[in-house]
Amino acid sequence: MKRSHHKNTIRKDPPARPVKQDVRQTKMAGGDFVDKLNAYRDLHAHALFSSLGRLVASPFTSIMTIAVLAIAISLASGFYILVVNLQQLTGSLETSNQISLFLRDDVSDAHANKLADTIRQNASVQEVKIITRDQALAEFKTYSGFGAAINALETNPLPIVLQVLPKNTLEDKQWLETLQDTFKQVPEVDFAQMDLQWVERLQSIVAVARLFATLLNVMLGVAVLFIIGNTIRLELHTRREEVVIAKLVGATNAFIQRPFLYTGFWIGFISGVSAWFIVTLLMLILRQPVEKLSGLYEGGFHLLFLSFTETLGLIVISSVLGIAGSWAVLNCQLHQTKAE
Amino acid sequence: MIKFVNVSKRYPETGDVLRNVSFHLQRGEIAFLTGHSGAGKSTLLRLIAVMERCSRGQIILDGEDVGLAKENQLPYIRRKMGFIYQDYKLLSDRTVFDNVALPLVIAGYGHHEISRRVRAALDKVSLTGKEKKYPLALSGGEQQRVGIARAVVNKPPIIIADEPTGNLDPELSAEIMFLFGQFQQVGVTVLIASHDISLITQLNRRVLKLDHGQMVSS
Repeated sequence: MKRSHHKNTIRKDPPARPVKQDVRQTKMAGGDFVDKLNAYRDLHAHALFSSLGRLVASPFTSIMTIAVLAIAISLASGFYILVVNLQQLTGSLETSNQISLFLRDDVSDAHANKLADTIRQNASVQEVKIITRDQALAEFKTYSGFGAAINALETNPLPIVLQVLPKNTLEDKQWLETLQDTFKQVPEVDFAQMDLQWVERLQSIVAVARLFATLLNVMLGVAVLFIIGNTIRLELHTRREEVVIAKLVGATNAFIQRPFLYTGFWIGFISGVSAWFIVTLLMLILRQPVEKLSGLYEGGFHLLFLSFTETLGLIVISSVLGIAGSWAVLNCQLHQTKAE
Repeated sequence: MIKFVNVSKRYPETGDVLRNVSFHLQRGEIAFLTGHSGAGKSTLLRLIAVMERCSRGQIILDGEDVGLAKENQLPYIRRKMGFIYQDYKLLSDRTVFDNVALPLVIAGYGHHEISRRVRAALDKVSLTGKEKKYPLALSGGEQQRVGIARAVVNKPPIIIADEPTGNLDPELSAEIMFLFGQFQQVGVTVLIASHDISLITQLNRRVLKLDHGQMVSS
């Protein structure tokens, strides 16, 4: 009852209303608040599904665009996951402050044991582990896959290794280097290798790789923006007549933009999901060879896949890029679209 | 309702298309806009539709100076006007119902209200029962009436028609003119751009005549 009364007042609007109020009346027209809200929700739902419908209606164009975007996005996430895996590699090594002493060939096992005992006396050493030639050979045979070739050798080419674990933590690098120098002076030692050096080298390689990946990802992100922007521009061009008509009957820019923004969203979203499948497929192909390789290096390295949060991030970023790309283009182009 | 005060429109490429045009259409008045092609009719209509702004002068629509309106207010000004075109400007991939409903959808009307008003508008132009058809399945006269239904569905105080009878035979033209007369009777201001001299003289209405961008009679 109340509602119909409200409508009646609007319809019977006297023609000589002041201007400002008139504008507001036009905005407010059309039933009560709930009705308006429902209408607004319907508009969004319609834009959401009709834009998806349009993509499906022209599958060839859509697939081409989405394929290009999916490849670009999967490249970006591929580099990302590569860096994550490299970091995992250095992460597991980080705790090692061990110094390996490779003994000279002419040092016997017994002599090596004595030397190990001497080193254990050193106040800064926590533990010394001896790897004899036979142990080293056995280990090498197991993990390297060169078992048969090694059997063919007459003598064991591997040296005795003393693995020295210093008491101090990694922090004091200066101190570790001094310790390494002391061991270098020992006549039985062929050379002393600090594991930390390898870790540091690997870490800086990973840092470079990470920076490289970040730069590349930014570039790929910009490329995605441009591709989506261009797609929306073409879409806007083909639907120009519709845009002009909507403008003539009083559509705001927000109304006109809405379906295009949803189109951008869908393109970004679908490309993100496709990119996830591409990356996961590549990782599945790589998993076995990588784990085999890791096994050869005696590593507890397991290929990391995109986690749930990372997958979510990938899809959200793709969708946002889709919306942003369309938004930028719409803002430039809509002002230029006028009725002829 | 529509008031032009010394309006000029200049394009960088072609120079002045309209020069010092002044006229005033009262509420509920019906008038023809005529002139040779290139006289500035289309430009004048574009100015009323606020698709463009005038270079000089003042345009007042329904009491509002559109020159002072901000860009984001223009859509709300356009909602006070119904436009009818010679080429109908219908969306061929949407049904008659959806075409007529467009202004209401844009204005944010609820579903029931839209349905009710669209049916009322289609009834007024005698197209009841054609809601589900697509524009291209209709005759020229019917398409024009769909265009009229769309223009009046929002009950705007102003109706602008650009050569509405250009593609129609005399009988249909008379029918369309009769419709415009009906709108006028309920207080709507109607401006019809036309060069159909016989129709204009026959109806004996006010005539605004443009010649090389100047209003020679109003």
